[in-house]
Amino acid sequence: MTLKAQSTQETENLTAMNGNSVIDNTVLENAAPSSQPLSYRRAFMLVLKRDLTIAMRHKDDIVNPLLFFVIVVTLFPLGIGPEAQTLSRIAPGIIWVAALLATLLSLDRLFKSDHLDGSLEQMLLSPHPIFVLVLAKIFAHWLITGLPLILIAPLLAVLLHLDENSYTALLLTLLLGTPVLSLLGAVGVALTVGIKKGGVLLSLLVLPLYIPVLIFATSAIDTAALGLPYSGQLAIIAALFFGSLTLAPFAVGAALKVSTN
Amino acid sequence: MWKWLHPYANPEVSYHFTNKLLPWLSALAAIFLSIGLVWALLFAPADYQQGHSFRIFYIHVPAASLSMGIYVSMAIAAFSSLVWQLKLADASAAAMAPVGAAFTAIALITGAAWGKPMWGTWWIWDARLTSELILLFLYLGVIALHNAFEDKNLAGKAAGILTLVGVINIPIIKYSVEWWNTLHQGSTVSKLGKPSMSLDMLWPFIFCFIGFSLLVGVIICLRFRNEILARNSIRPWVRELVQQNTVK
Repeated sequence: MTLKAQSTQETENLTAMNGNSVIDNTVLENAAPSSQPLSYRRAFMLVLKRDLTIAMRHKDDIVNPLLFFVIVVTLFPLGIGPEAQTLSRIAPGIIWVAALLATLLSLDRLFKSDHLDGSLEQMLLSPHPIFVLVLAKIFAHWLITGLPLILIAPLLAVLLHLDENSYTALLLTLLLGTPVLSLLGAVGVALTVGIKKGGVLLSLLVLPLYIPVLIFATSAIDTAALGLPYSGQLAIIAALFFGSLTLAPFAVGAALKVSTN
Repeated sequence: MWKWLHPYANPEVSYHFTNKLLPWLSALAAIFLSIGLVWALLFAPADYQQGHSFRIFYIHVPAASLSMGIYVSMAIAAFSSLVWQLKLADASAAAMAPVGAAFTAIALITGAAWGKPMWGTWWIWDARLTSELILLFLYLGVIALHNAFEDKNLAGKAAGILTLVGVINIPIIKYSVEWWNTLHQGSTVSKLGKPSMSLDMLWPFIFCFIGFSLLVGVIICLRFRNEILARNSIRPWVRELVQQNTVK
């Protein structure tokens, strides 16, 4: 009895020290007495909380893609020239392409570390539907990478002299579009998580799928700059969002089963 | 239908079936292609606006529509492999991917060669050209994913999921790109009933189209046979086959 308690204590200490993901197993065990299964909502919240906790302990994972985003956007004026007119013409495209690349960079951490330490396998073996767990992980990924991107985008828009009418459009497209990037990207990561050099392959798989989001988002921002209504483009991005929200987790689940064999 | 299809889930039966199929397919492909190409390139009348350069369409249009057709059949194979766990469907999808990529590349290159004299430029960011280019990227992604796995069964499953995700995305990509920009001339062949192409241009086109489809069938059959042999190389019937061939 005491021995068992001690070992649990040790695991917890270990978790606290390394910030690694053993925590979810203990949390899951404590929360669910074996007779009574977790409700979907609780399972979702637990996975979400765990992923956010891990992310808060590795702040590099949040900061680095964001820094990458900022640096890529700063490179464009240096390469193209500082004329305000040219910059404001291409600002929507630059911000969105940089957002795509930053998301791509951050995708790797979605499943990689869980796959390496084995907790991904445990999740797949757990009685909860993969759909819920995967959705929680993707949501956590969006909170960690998508949301900071949205918060810093207006600042970069100022640097690029984006037209004043387009700010709302930029924020709305990012708000609806970045979750699509996380959802579609998750399919790519799930497929490549078992491969050693999956990084380059991931971009090859995922970037073509991002094209519709890019097209409609930049077109919405351009339309807004002309003072025209852009609700049509927003509606299509929203449709992409809901479509990928319902379908992508299934594909991710199937892909994870293949990858973990 | 299942009763009729079931024996072909066995690799050996499928292998012998392709053996029987191949001579017929290749003979028909040779006949149709030689008639169609000679007729199209030498005897069909020249276009009154575009002169002789329109003749490249006898290759360009079949290649472009086959490039999409192959992707759809790859998706069907991937779907049946995921749902019914048919391993041979994986093998056929693996056989189709490089053929589809090659035909997409042919469509792009012939399109560029036609665009230079007609539009005055090799490439424009037009809707159909762009979506064809993206289709090429999707094909290359599937092939790359196939090559990334050591275990061919796993590779087939992973590539199958990607193919299905791609096939849902293809219409979306196509319409988004079309909406984004359009400059390409309208299609002239598919208007059934009264085609806007004259009949002495249409007939050689039909021959070319059937010929290229058969050619795709031949190439896929050959690649499919190789896939079967490679995946079953430890089975006794493959060893017997190899021994028979080496004794000859």
